[in-house]
Amino acid sequence: MTSYEPLSLHVPEPAVRPGGTPDFSNVKIPKAGAVPRPEVDADPESIRDLAYSIIRVLNRNGEAVGPWAGLLSDEELLAGMRHMMTLRAFDARMLMAQRQGKTSFYMQHLGEEAISCAFRMALSPGDMNFPTYRQAGLLIAGGYSMVDMMCQVYSNARDPLKGRQLPIMYSAKDHGFFTISGNLATQFVQAVGWAMASAIKNDTKIAAAWIGDGSTAESDFHAALVFASTYKAPVILNIVNNQWAISTFQGIARGGSGTFAARGLGFGLPSLRVDGNDYLAVYAVAKWAAERARRNLGPTLIEYVTYRVGAHSTSDDPSAYRPKTESDAWPLGDPVIRLKNHLIGRGVWSEERHKQAEAEILESVIAAQKEAESYGTLHAGGKPSAREMFEGVYAEMPPHLRKQRQQAGV
Amino acid sequence: MAKMTMVEAIRDAIDVMMGRDDSVVVFGEDVGYFGGVFRTTQGLQQKYGKTRCFDTPISEAGIVGTAIGMAAYGLKPCVEIQFADYMYPAYDQIVSEAARLRYRSNGQFTCPMVVRMPTGGGIFGGQTHSQSPEALFTHVSGLKTVVPSNPYDAKGLLIAALEDPDPVIFLEPKRLYNGPFDGHHDRPVTPWSKHDLSEVPNGYFTVPLGKATVVREGAAVTVLTYGTMVYVAQAAAAEMSIDAEIIDLRTLLPLDMETIVASVRKTGRCVVVHEATLTSGFGAELAALVQEACFFHLEAPIARVTGWDTPYPHAQEWDYFPGPSRVGRALVDVMEG
Repeated sequence: MTSYEPLSLHVPEPAVRPGGTPDFSNVKIPKAGAVPRPEVDADPESIRDLAYSIIRVLNRNGEAVGPWAGLLSDEELLAGMRHMMTLRAFDARMLMAQRQGKTSFYMQHLGEEAISCAFRMALSPGDMNFPTYRQAGLLIAGGYSMVDMMCQVYSNARDPLKGRQLPIMYSAKDHGFFTISGNLATQFVQAVGWAMASAIKNDTKIAAAWIGDGSTAESDFHAALVFASTYKAPVILNIVNNQWAISTFQGIARGGSGTFAARGLGFGLPSLRVDGNDYLAVYAVAKWAAERARRNLGPTLIEYVTYRVGAHSTSDDPSAYRPKTESDAWPLGDPVIRLKNHLIGRGVWSEERHKQAEAEILESVIAAQKEAESYGTLHAGGKPSAREMFEGVYAEMPPHLRKQRQQAGV
Repeated sequence: MAKMTMVEAIRDAIDVMMGRDDSVVVFGEDVGYFGGVFRTTQGLQQKYGKTRCFDTPISEAGIVGTAIGMAAYGLKPCVEIQFADYMYPAYDQIVSEAARLRYRSNGQFTCPMVVRMPTGGGIFGGQTHSQSPEALFTHVSGLKTVVPSNPYDAKGLLIAALEDPDPVIFLEPKRLYNGPFDGHHDRPVTPWSKHDLSEVPNGYFTVPLGKATVVREGAAVTVLTYGTMVYVAQAAAAEMSIDAEIIDLRTLLPLDMETIVASVRKTGRCVVVHEATLTSGFGAELAALVQEACFFHLEAPIARVTGWDTPYPHAQEWDYFPGPSRVGRALVDVMEG
């Protein structure tokens, strides 16, 4: 005789499924300006609350308020606006190019533009990002060539990666952008190692690690946190919580943890949570963490709260697992519109100038696309030599690969 | 020259390279203050400091993952996995990342790194202190895989590995750390000091990767082997009075096909010997390559003497380990075949 009821397995479910009414009433959104800004040398123990709140600068009226405001000039904000709009236009064109069969695959950033675009501006030359496949804003905001990005997406004759990599798996060492891998979370711990190397060599460069909400469940996430914590590596550990890992809502990866940022507390890391759709807040928090790392005060964990407005990829249809209008209900809004309203409020931007900028940006993206397509697309025009397939496996081609290259007749 | 055990030779190789190149960093579990569970890093932290040689959390993925990041920065990490049996948590980092960094970034990022791991059985190590996972590395494009069998080679190959621009998996047969072992577990083990190859040059020298060595010249049959089985094969050939040509491959990938093909074309017979399990083991690759390159010279089917296709047992150690009697029987069979 047992006195226990049979056990049952708990499987978390999102609040709403297709056909339901989107509801984010459970997402607690603090008022802009409400979260204090600690000194960069603050003891992690003393700022634990920051892992459970959301640092926000832009309020409902588009005003920058609170202790995290006031870091960026008009010129810098206008540049940020342009970066986000460029990334959005770039995404739209590449999405269309995929639908037209010019490439096999694409992943867009819709709704997440502020995070990588603003973060990039907080880094210094020589710092290294270890991005996932959804931080191309680091390249756009860093001034990397859109033509080169498109050539990579098209795997054409000018593809910097010689057609070896899936579209959007960019690599740009000179722009502080580490080679993207299809294997999730692997780069999170590599970033810690890069930062450790910088510290070993008494350098002043720092590293930035990137991961999505879903991939925090990978074991490399935990390895990264423990190594970063143990060696106080000069690294910023970025979690982009866009609520979705393909079809899986963030509660599956987060489990019982209050927030993803709270994961850092157990490792003794200062852990901040920030409005990922607020360009000013993202920049301010990134700057804080970069300053902390560069002063040898150690790593910082940042959770960016945002929403993946688009499909996971061109191979995905989100209407199969979430309400179609869910992104409209997202309480943190759209990063481009929020910065636009702020700039208009500051008197340095207007609806007309925005429209005009949109048209200009579209024109420059189309021009880049035309140039990229002149070097070929996946199935038409120029493409990398089949010889390239055998190059770069090793520094020097070993005999067995030379033989296979001959057999391939290339 | 100095008399060294394999442990001392490995430590000396790392010491030489840390002295020559301040980008060489050494880390792993118990590698720092304590000097490693097999003493291969003893004294290095005291000599070079805690930022050059240090202890890590128990996380193989963390060890290899951080090493990849360091290599991408420009350091030359020499990391240790305490037992090859425990490399699996790092396998994603090794296969998906280290091996492909150069290829997928078109050379923008490279991974000049050495992952050392004690390998092999014959020590009553049971299931998780005896495995020989080399085939899981040789199957991976972008990795080099090395298995030394004596102190001289261990030092020369490790220095070469540390100078190599690509990731190298350096498998150290722990059964050979303190002396050669021919599979006769019932006889006392001779220390390295009684062996010629324990004479190791002081300072810097290399044994090139990708070059096999003929440890016994012979005319009757070619034995392709590496690690501990080099000594087992020598004992087996002597006991059966078979004039075998025994080749210590030293590097499994890239493989020294020239030496292999020249030998098999001469002898017309080939036996492949390794501790690892049979099915899809590295021996299958060797047999296929020899068959392709030497078909018209072969006078008998290629034989493989390997561990059985089971997990490595404890009590049945000597029924599992391919000792001199099993290898000897295969040599006789091939001569009659």
